[in-house]
Amino acid sequence: MSISTKTRQGALAGLAAALLAATAQAETIRWGAPRDIVSLDPYSYGDSYTINFLNHIYEGLVRYNRDLEIEPALATAWEIVSPTTWRFTLRKGVKFHDGSDFTAEDVLASLERVSDETSPLKGNLPAYQSATVVDDNTIDIELSGAYPLLLNDLTNIHIFDKGWLVANNAEKPTDVSAGVEGYATFNTNGTGPFQLESRTPEAQTVLAVNNNWWDEPAHNLTRIEFQPISSAATRVAALLSGEVDFVDSAPVQDLPRLAQAENLTILERTDLRTVMLGFNRREELVGGGENPMNDLRVRQAMQLAVDMDLIQDKVMRGKSRNAGALVAPSIPGYSEDLDTVAPFDPEKARALLEEAGYGDGFAFDFVCTNESYVNEEQFCQAIASMWSRVGLEPKLDIGPTAKQTPKRANGKADIYTIGWATLPMLDTYSILVQMLHSKEGNSGVFNWGGWSYPELDKLTQSAAVELDREARLDMENKALRIAKDEIIMMPLHQQPMAWAVSRDFSDFPQFPDNKPRMWYVTK
Amino acid sequence: MLAFIIKRLANAVFVMLSVTFLAFVIFTAVGDPVDQMLNEQATQEQRDELRERLGLEAPFLVQYSKFVARAATGDFGISFRNQQDVLAMIGERFPATFELVLVATFISLVVGVPMGVITAIRRQTWYAEAMQFTSIIGVSLPSFVVGIGLILIFSVWLGWFPAFGRGETVDLGWWSTGLLTHSGRMSIVLPALSLSLFQITLVMRLVRAEMLEVLRSDFIKFARARGVPARRLHFSHALRNCLMPVVTMTAMQVGGLIAFALVTETVFQWPGMGLLFIQAVTFVDVPIMAAYLCIVALIFVVLNTIVDMAYAVIDPRLKGADA
Repeated sequence: MSISTKTRQGALAGLAAALLAATAQAETIRWGAPRDIVSLDPYSYGDSYTINFLNHIYEGLVRYNRDLEIEPALATAWEIVSPTTWRFTLRKGVKFHDGSDFTAEDVLASLERVSDETSPLKGNLPAYQSATVVDDNTIDIELSGAYPLLLNDLTNIHIFDKGWLVANNAEKPTDVSAGVEGYATFNTNGTGPFQLESRTPEAQTVLAVNNNWWDEPAHNLTRIEFQPISSAATRVAALLSGEVDFVDSAPVQDLPRLAQAENLTILERTDLRTVMLGFNRREELVGGGENPMNDLRVRQAMQLAVDMDLIQDKVMRGKSRNAGALVAPSIPGYSEDLDTVAPFDPEKARALLEEAGYGDGFAFDFVCTNESYVNEEQFCQAIASMWSRVGLEPKLDIGPTAKQTPKRANGKADIYTIGWATLPMLDTYSILVQMLHSKEGNSGVFNWGGWSYPELDKLTQSAAVELDREARLDMENKALRIAKDEIIMMPLHQQPMAWAVSRDFSDFPQFPDNKPRMWYVTK
Repeated sequence: MLAFIIKRLANAVFVMLSVTFLAFVIFTAVGDPVDQMLNEQATQEQRDELRERLGLEAPFLVQYSKFVARAATGDFGISFRNQQDVLAMIGERFPATFELVLVATFISLVVGVPMGVITAIRRQTWYAEAMQFTSIIGVSLPSFVVGIGLILIFSVWLGWFPAFGRGETVDLGWWSTGLLTHSGRMSIVLPALSLSLFQITLVMRLVRAEMLEVLRSDFIKFARARGVPARRLHFSHALRNCLMPVVTMTAMQVGGLIAFALVTETVFQWPGMGLLFIQAVTFVDVPIMAAYLCIVALIFVVLNTIVDMAYAVIDPRLKGADA
């Protein structure tokens, strides 16, 4: 009797110890996100939020380190064999979550999948032509021309397992227009630091640590519980009541309140996204009549009439960084001499308008969205009233993004807001080719105002094929200088971003591209 | 009776067609899904090509007739954004919305009916006045304010109930229920309360008005004269005569609650149909928006048709009338 009691006690003590050990090891992070990921398939939708989340499960050939510099991941080395051919040496001994080996065939299948005709992410690998498997651990990538930014692009091209794709009939990306679901939308098989445990859309996606990861983990998490909470007030409440440990989109106006909570740390900085205004540069204004904004003096006047310090102080609550250049300081191609903020000088603005023959002002459409950028509605209203004070007549048109974008893209806006972070490339070339270049062929997709600066176009095209980094960045910098002198776009600021995290976490790096990377987090 | 049913069904089909048509008119104004489907680096050519493949370049009537033809066979396509079968996505979320509405309706009856009786029979007392007054607040406060208020009090300050989500769920065939787990039951309290607030007021006011009417009638006076105890008189005799309109209204309101649950679902991150719809609107996910509107319209039409038919059975005068 006494022995059996003892045994039982012993067993209980052992069980308790095991439980304690288990809790000590189980380091969970409960992540309260502003929105759900759209799919488990990284090649499904041009959405960087989803792609970043899936980066916990899938990896690319190269990746960004803690300082956002490119470092080897699934590839250990690379060389440029000829200007259009890159040779990658792949890491040995890497296994997918289902246990199969990582080889060059997997890279080939993934590159084919992402560059397929129907892939929405085709644009993420613009120079890709074909790839050839040299041996199990070597692959050659053939490009359409000399292209310096291949590594930047490859950070976001996640590698699938070929065998798994073939077995599940998912070698091609899901084509929405065909109306058939794809296997990779609901299942994953990557090489990353975490693997999928379960997913209920709009409710919870759970990841468990991958104990067979090839890299030495810099984190100590065992589990990630990703829970979308779309209402900002609810998200803040869930954080305050301790139901989530971390939110990656804390509303600016709630920061003082969150800072008072003793168990929370607020991580704040300005992100890479530069918010700016674009000008209609067609012959006529949207409302008809000659377009005064083709006169540089008018654009200068409009810039001088806006008091950015006041906007920073009152609208952005001191959290934004006023910008003089069109890219943030950490983007290659930036230089400090570009980053001089235009002074606030309404007198001179009036004088310039007078000189240009628009002393009585003119009316124009000013198209803003209400949720694309931080406090956008308020700063648009502020700018509109500043312009009114120098005699202009802005007609402010505010609406949801989905409604405003067609207006902006189809030249139905005289002044519009747009933000550009150069993601996922993280290089000035992104804004040059997509926004500042003339709208022709595949360039200038976001050239919504219809301008054309041949000299800038030439610099952009030269930069596209310049393999020497210094020379390329110099060209990009020159192009930015033209954009600044001609006021092609009027830069406003880099917007603030804020994360809030429980004090239980000792190391939680915040990245300026606003992407949480849990493989650097320590609890 | 057969002619009546055929007429009602024809009406129902007409209503469904009108709703889908109006929905399509709205879709042409909500924006362009392609801009959000492709990322910053996509070229103009890729954008045009995708728009072409999705059939967004086709004339309005062509798009609409294609949709109706496919919808009639139950095929709503797959979501632009999630790449999942739309009907399956809605089916997955329907149980969450339905349970929420059911619990909210239950709360509104359990709280609203007694309140209605009390305010009717104790008209001059301070507490009846107080209930009347509070009920006005109940109707006038927007439901997201109520939701946030409940979260602040019960989740942040008191820590009694979770602020968001549905808790653990149990699958019973294709139906997922949160009512069988503790965390599921705790999670439904705040959203259901927030959704039922308006209903409570409605039920209370309806019961009160009906009670006042009934209490004036002769049979109550005679019963009182005969010495029937007040309690039995009010809750058994009088209340029973008020319930018919309450039941009808509650049944009709279920459709409304399903439709209006979307605000509550957004506030509480309740994974139901409303939340799905709101997100579809943000991303111009046309297949989901179209299917959602069709299904909500269908629920309304079915409920109304059933109520009409039930009335026709109960009240023979309606059979001949052009109701």
